[in-house]
Amino acid sequence: MDTAELKGAVEALVFASEAPVRAERLAEILEAPKAQVLEVLRELAAEYENRGGGMVLAGVAEGYQFRTPPKFADVIRRLGRSRSARFSRAALETLAIIAYRQPITRAEIEYLRGVDSGGVVKTLLDKRLIRILGKKDIPGRPMIYGTTREFLEVFGLPSLTELPTLKEFSELSLEGGEMEDASAPAGTSEATV
Amino acid sequence: MAYEIKIEKFEGPLDLLLHLIKKNEMDIYDIPMASITAQYLATIDVMKNLNLDMAGEFLLMAATLVHIKSRMLLPVVSGEEESEEEEEDPRAELVRRLLEYQRYKEAALDLDALPLLERDTFPRGFEPPVADEADEEFQPIGLYELVEALRGLLAENPETPFHEVAGERLSVTERVNGILALLAGRESVAFRELFTERPRRDDVVVTFLALLELGKLRLVRLMQSARYGALWVWPVVAEDASGPLQLEEEALGYG
Repeated sequence: MDTAELKGAVEALVFASEAPVRAERLAEILEAPKAQVLEVLRELAAEYENRGGGMVLAGVAEGYQFRTPPKFADVIRRLGRSRSARFSRAALETLAIIAYRQPITRAEIEYLRGVDSGGVVKTLLDKRLIRILGKKDIPGRPMIYGTTREFLEVFGLPSLTELPTLKEFSELSLEGGEMEDASAPAGTSEATV
Repeated sequence: MAYEIKIEKFEGPLDLLLHLIKKNEMDIYDIPMASITAQYLATIDVMKNLNLDMAGEFLLMAATLVHIKSRMLLPVVSGEEESEEEEEDPRAELVRRLLEYQRYKEAALDLDALPLLERDTFPRGFEPPVADEADEEFQPIGLYELVEALRGLLAENPETPFHEVAGERLSVTERVNGILALLAGRESVAFRELFTERPRRDDVVVTFLALLELGKLRLVRLMQSARYGALWVWPVVAEDASGPLQLEEEALGYG
């Protein structure tokens, strides 16, 4: 299989797959060396990027998937006139803590956040963004949590090592960084009226 | 159905403290305990007055603050009884927790800035969720917005200092029916339209109660325009509704 054909085959496989496909899997199917497949993937990603069209080849959750660029999000939402899905601050804070500190117990999460986090942990489990990794070997054997593959898919991250760098603070940041979402109170916090 | 009411603005006591410290431009390593404690207590007092179901953690933090403050008032024992380790500043743990909390608060913002699946970026085969009846421009109103709206109305119409003999008795049920009649056949009604130009305070209260009852009965939805911030009341229309619904006078239990 020459390079041009390999490239076409890789493109076809990624396009036809439901979920992000790993390079290993592509190499296996195409009986080509993984390095060559990775090279082709890189070329394809660059081509789509340069074309600036309606899709990009994104590296997510240790695999590859065609996705639409963020600039067309509004257009796509009109397909169903749906409201954009948002995470609540509580969910984002808890996810951030789990993502950077995993494996972590609920008690540790609650100490960091200063509030009970049982509800939000349960919601995140239900949404399969986090999972139970096991039990910690301390009295009480509390459960420990970590993020899932779905988490990487949802946040468009190739792997956990690509998480935004956690900033070190010795001073307070400026107030400007506050998340002031006056217009849109997030999901869990709306009063049921 | 259980209500879940959360303090909208602050995720918890640490968030509230961070906010107060920044707002007052206090030095995080030398937090003036008397001042911060007073402000913290004042804030949770407001929350209590709003009848918000305050999470216990807010009270626990209040106790912690008072405790730290009192420890700082005690003279440091020195000399003969000098302990092995240096006496730590009573505020040290709180400062560590605040800085650590701030880290994850910022990390949460960073996560939110990533291209989120089905918010910013879409894979093939994305199935758009069924659209809500309401336009996307409108969001459900949170507790805070509602309380703000009530306070705004009451502030515009301060209590008259005169002695007033109770006149007519206002009925919430009557007002409920009035609102339903106003909404009949319309897509939505502006919140302000429910009130007269200069409503009396008892009018405001009764109309507000009626609105809450309607919400509870799921007959109306209170929405806020994302763009303009105005509050709107949307009737929840049953497709085959044959005329406006009427409530019996006793139905709501106000007597």
